[in-house]
Amino acid sequence: MNYVWEFSAIERYQHLLVEGLANTLQLTVLAYMLGLPIGIALALGRLSRHRIVSVVVGFVIDFFRCTPSLVQLFWFFFALPRIIGVRLSPFEASLICLTILSSAFVAEIFRGGIASIERGQWEGARALGMGYRQMMIRIILPQAVKRMIPVFLERAIELLKTSTIAAAISYPDLLFQANEISHRTYRPLEVFTTVALIFLLVVTIGSQLTRMLERRLARSGESTAH
Amino acid sequence: MEDAINIVKLHKSFGPLEVLKGINLNVQRGETVVILGASGSGKSTLLRCINFLEIPTAGRIYLKGKLIGTPVNNEPDGGLLQYRDKELQAVRTSVGMVFQHFNLFPHMTALQNVMEGQVTVLKRSKAEAAERGRNLLAKVGLAEKADEYPARLSGGQQQRVAIARALAMDPDVMLFDEVTSALDPELVGEVLRVMRALRDDGMTMVIVTHELGFAYHVADRVIFLNQGEIYEAGPPSEVLGRPQREKTIQFLNGHNQFRLP
Amino acid sequence: MNDLLRYVPVFAEGLWGTVRIAVVCLCASLPLGLIIGMGRYSRSWYWAIPTRVYVEVFRNTPVLVLIMWFFFAFPTIAPFDVDAYTAATLALTLNSSAFFAEVFRAGIQSIGRGQWDAARALGMSYRWQMQRVILPQAIKRMIPAITNRWIELFKLTSLASVIAYQDLIHTAKLISSAYFNPVQTFTIAALIYFAMIYPMVRMLYFIEAKLKRGD
Ligand SMILES: Nc1ncnc2c1ncn2[C@@H]1O[C@H](COP(=O)(O)OP(=O)(O)OP(=O)(O)O)[C@@H](O)[C@H]1O
Ligand SMILES: [Mg+2]
Repeated sequence: MNYVWEFSAIERYQHLLVEGLANTLQLTVLAYMLGLPIGIALALGRLSRHRIVSVVVGFVIDFFRCTPSLVQLFWFFFALPRIIGVRLSPFEASLICLTILSSAFVAEIFRGGIASIERGQWEGARALGMGYRQMMIRIILPQAVKRMIPVFLERAIELLKTSTIAAAISYPDLLFQANEISHRTYRPLEVFTTVALIFLLVVTIGSQLTRMLERRLARSGESTAH
Repeated sequence: MEDAINIVKLHKSFGPLEVLKGINLNVQRGETVVILGASGSGKSTLLRCINFLEIPTAGRIYLKGKLIGTPVNNEPDGGLLQYRDKELQAVRTSVGMVFQHFNLFPHMTALQNVMEGQVTVLKRSKAEAAERGRNLLAKVGLAEKADEYPARLSGGQQQRVAIARALAMDPDVMLFDEVTSALDPELVGEVLRVMRALRDDGMTMVIVTHELGFAYHVADRVIFLNQGEIYEAGPPSEVLGRPQREKTIQFLNGHNQFRLP
Repeated sequence: MNDLLRYVPVFAEGLWGTVRIAVVCLCASLPLGLIIGMGRYSRSWYWAIPTRVYVEVFRNTPVLVLIMWFFFAFPTIAPFDVDAYTAATLALTLNSSAFFAEVFRAGIQSIGRGQWDAARALGMSYRWQMQRVILPQAIKRMIPAITNRWIELFKLTSLASVIAYQDLIHTAKLISSAYFNPVQTFTIAALIYFAMIYPMVRMLYFIEAKLKRGD
């Protein structure tokens, strides 16, 4: 138990860590931005009054929800290129996989946000003679979106955590770089501890931000009607 | 002149539960009808059928003499009706409704609430809607609260905004579903006063309420609903003053705070 | 299709690896989560602060990072051998117990003051208040969240394959590199996962709908 911690070995590889963190963030942000429109489309599809559309979309969401992201990642990286005959880079495969995940997140946020609006709001709007689109755009969405904002952040953080699986197909994210540095320095304890702390820091800051936002929104008067 | 509302053999079921069992009711223009009845007797359901928030299972509803819905394959009276969204939306603009829990839109100010239907449904200009909105808010005594959000208004004030919001659509009929039940006792009066003023203006109203004193003084006619059927009906002095049938008497005895003047 | 039959025993072994680690982690992290969750709710700081740190650390560190830490870093200071199974079990248990702790805490918090007051008015001790009045109500409300976490945990076990733990995905990887047939093997692996998780998700929907209709 007399292990002597020795962080100086890592200092030489700082740039790799910075690069890794940048790659992690890049992948996450890009996947979320792509997932946003797809997720909204999925949510609308699920709410659609055409039964076939809503059932099919619901099943697609369920299918991806019911398989681990890692298996999807391996499928896109190892299997898909065989089918389409084009090799995918680790970045491309990871991006596809995480975009699917984030669009499922977004779809769920929309569904949950809309479902959280009390029935009375629909009725109040309906009693004025509004049509479905008008109710949605004028009454329901403005209230729902406000409730969704903290959840959006929360899911972004979740996505960041999941993005670490990209290391498994050698995308040079923060975790992958940790592995590299650890091989070169023979200092796994220091390297992995440092990287774990970096992740912990980023995620903790993000989730504190979410909580702050949640409280702010809850306090701003109008969301606490009757 | 035709009646404001004619309801003919109206039935409404929720799954196996038959809530309305053949209601016949005519409401004249300018008339104020109060509906009484025990909890679960179908009062809200009846009201919600009149503006088609609930779709009747069977029966016919005429507004200003016009049948709502289109008969399927021209069957004679009593056959199935088909309701189109557009038609129901039009009905709802001409029938105002006020709810127990106000259902104001929390992300809009009082004035914006009152303008919303005018702008999005009636396609009035913003300026026109705002002017009409301010007038109505003044009428319900809330001129100075136009720019407040609902969360900052008392229950009684919120309910008066809700009344103004419904009136802004220039409805032919107003429906009130226990609009004072969620209010603190000291706030009930301000809402009832607004409703009374509406009656004096000649608005056609159908009101569900437990305020028997109000019913006595304001109603032209009282309907007592029991298990989905009209059980006793007539002028308030008779139904409330000299009830004839057992269930009505029981119901009124349960409301012992009610004293005839 | 025929030579796929050859892999059945291998896949079965991988499946067993997945189920085993998922069940072990669930059984370990539920009670651990309950203790931590009650600690979170405690008013004494020597319970509240360490449990809070525990939750923040193990919930906010990505699971794969935890797994790698326990596999590559931990052995240098561990007084015992750390194989892939041990490392993955430790990481997954710590992570999901932190999540369960939050579920328990939120569940307990959702019970209004009135219930505590009523129990106290009967002269119950804190322990009885918790055991007889609060927990029975809270647990019912927590069932959907617990089920959801269990589904999440089941999926997360797949990450153990990254350190070569013999689970479904690792098996698929071995087969696909031995026989050069990634399309079949990874599709089959995905379908097996789906077949196991889909019923759980349906059950979750069912429970949610049922609770919504109930109280
Ligand atoms: N959407 C619905 N689905 C199923 N049942 C319903 C629905 N709406 C009302 N009911 C049932 O119909 C019956 C009549 O309800 P209604 O709301 O019309 O009663 P009410 O006379 O207004 O009672 P209260 O005085 O409590 O408001 C009740 O048994 C109620 O449970
Ligand atoms: Mg009612």
